[in-house]
Amino acid sequence: MVGFLNWDWVARNWPAILERTWEHIFLTAVAVAVGALVAMGLSLAALRRRRWYGPITSATNILYTIPSLALFAFLVPFTGLSTLTSEIGLVSYTLLIIVRNTVAGVDGVPQEVRESADGMGFEPARRFWKAEFPLALPVIMAGIRIAAVTTVGLVTITSILGQGGLGYFILAGFRTFFWTQIIIGTVGSVLLAVAIDVGLLRLERLFTPWIRRAAA
Amino acid sequence: MISLRGVTKTYPDASSPAVASLTLEVLGGEIVALVGPSGCGKTTVLKMINRLVEPTSGQIEVNGVSVREGQPHLLRRSIGYVIQQVGLFPHWTVRRNIGTVPELLGWPPERTSERTLELARLVGLDESLLDRYPAALSGGQQQRVGVARALAADPPVLLMDEPFGAVDPIVRHRLQDELLRLQRRLKKTIVFVTHDIEEAIKLGDRIVILNVGGILEQQGSPAEILSRPAGRFVKDFIGRERNLGRLALRKVSEMPVKWGPVVEVSTTPAEARRAAVDEGTDWVGLLSDGLLTGWVPVSELDGVDSLRRCSPRPFDGAVRRGSSVRRAVDAMVASRHQVAVVTEDGHYCGLVDMPMVNRALGGHPRT
Repeated sequence: MVGFLNWDWVARNWPAILERTWEHIFLTAVAVAVGALVAMGLSLAALRRRRWYGPITSATNILYTIPSLALFAFLVPFTGLSTLTSEIGLVSYTLLIIVRNTVAGVDGVPQEVRESADGMGFEPARRFWKAEFPLALPVIMAGIRIAAVTTVGLVTITSILGQGGLGYFILAGFRTFFWTQIIIGTVGSVLLAVAIDVGLLRLERLFTPWIRRAAA
Repeated sequence: MISLRGVTKTYPDASSPAVASLTLEVLGGEIVALVGPSGCGKTTVLKMINRLVEPTSGQIEVNGVSVREGQPHLLRRSIGYVIQQVGLFPHWTVRRNIGTVPELLGWPPERTSERTLELARLVGLDESLLDRYPAALSGGQQQRVGVARALAADPPVLLMDEPFGAVDPIVRHRLQDELLRLQRRLKKTIVFVTHDIEEAIKLGDRIVILNVGGILEQQGSPAEILSRPAGRFVKDFIGRERNLGRLALRKVSEMPVKWGPVVEVSTTPAEARRAAVDEGTDWVGLLSDGLLTGWVPVSELDGVDSLRRCSPRPFDGAVRRGSSVRRAVDAMVASRHQVAVVTEDGHYCGLVDMPMVNRALGGHPRT
């Protein structure tokens, strides 16, 4: 692979590679952050009113199954070739997994913890934020990690909207069959996905100190 | 202190009530054991007192005030609650778990932390455990934390739902003893749910026996229930526990003990051997200034010039004078010597064996 690479090109375009990497991180971060917030709202609604859970997962499931190229093509007439178009698409793909994991995480909180929270005199909101939510955090974070890794991959597709972070190089490379660009774009995107996954795992461990100590 | 009047609970999908028109009075400072088979509604009764379950009809008062006045979560903060699965918050340290209710009540942190230390000592929890997470604790330790948490804000009423049901029998007995010791000091009003009649006999000042469907079969002191069971159901329920139950009611201090083959280490090996021969045993117990140090087999006395050279083994079956005769019988069965040695603060008081227990029970009026 090293032989494939035109190192001269890499050296000349290093600033552009960095710039595209940042763009990639930015698009991913915004999508996952907004996605997590929206998903949290949907999850709270589903947890409060169980009969909403079905419709909410169906809706997010439908969003998830729309091919990404088609979704972007559909959005362009309304929002143009903009960051907004990219983000609407990217956010909609994060929802299903985060909603599912949040609801499953809260459902997985042991019944006796709920009962003792009630028995001690927690109000419903306090019970949720002080007990159920923190205990569901590992499962919620697992969902966010999957969503983030998926998003890193999807960002490359937004290159057709003139964005795409490292996906820009993949698209440009395809047009000219210039392998160096394709490899830089692909490998960069994969490394980014791994780095973000590891970073989020660290963050999760930081927020859930009781789990590590229990295992020790 | 707690009164239930005509309380009925019918769950939404049930054809018959879980609790049927129950009237019950719990006096201040007593332990009432609610006992019965599964499906008798004992847990439902408990949960109606702190409004985790709302009754279909009837009235419940705590300290003269209807529980329906005010908001449920405020009521619950004033009532201690302990459940079988403990239900500690896994993501909080033991310290914060114990301080749960003080935190809800908005105590200043210094007061909470002082109280936490006090409670840890009270329930026999090592201070080093306070900064651990619950998962690092044994079942028995977790339940101690559960009890400490329930006592944190010093509530006058404690509701306990099979609190010792999930720990092994040895730990269970210890926790029961500790609860009784705590109760002598704290004088709480305790409603204790159990399916174990033995536990009810041991802990309850009064026992309330419920039948399936929440029907009250009998209430009374353990002695009353054991000696005058009201009807077939109660008789069957206490069944095989009846005689053992009587053992549980009597204390070792109420029966005679004998000295047995036990000598001071200052006596000669020859005298020690004679003591064993007189008692017909192959062992002697050794005392050092009245403190029980253990036992040695007679065979080891050969060629020894002083008993101080022997290495005594600890007794398996030691009980205290305040223990129940039932504990003493347990100890006998477990012990190699078929006796239970009785000590008080390490001082030897004497021993009891099976024939002595039989005689003591024989002297008890038959029921």
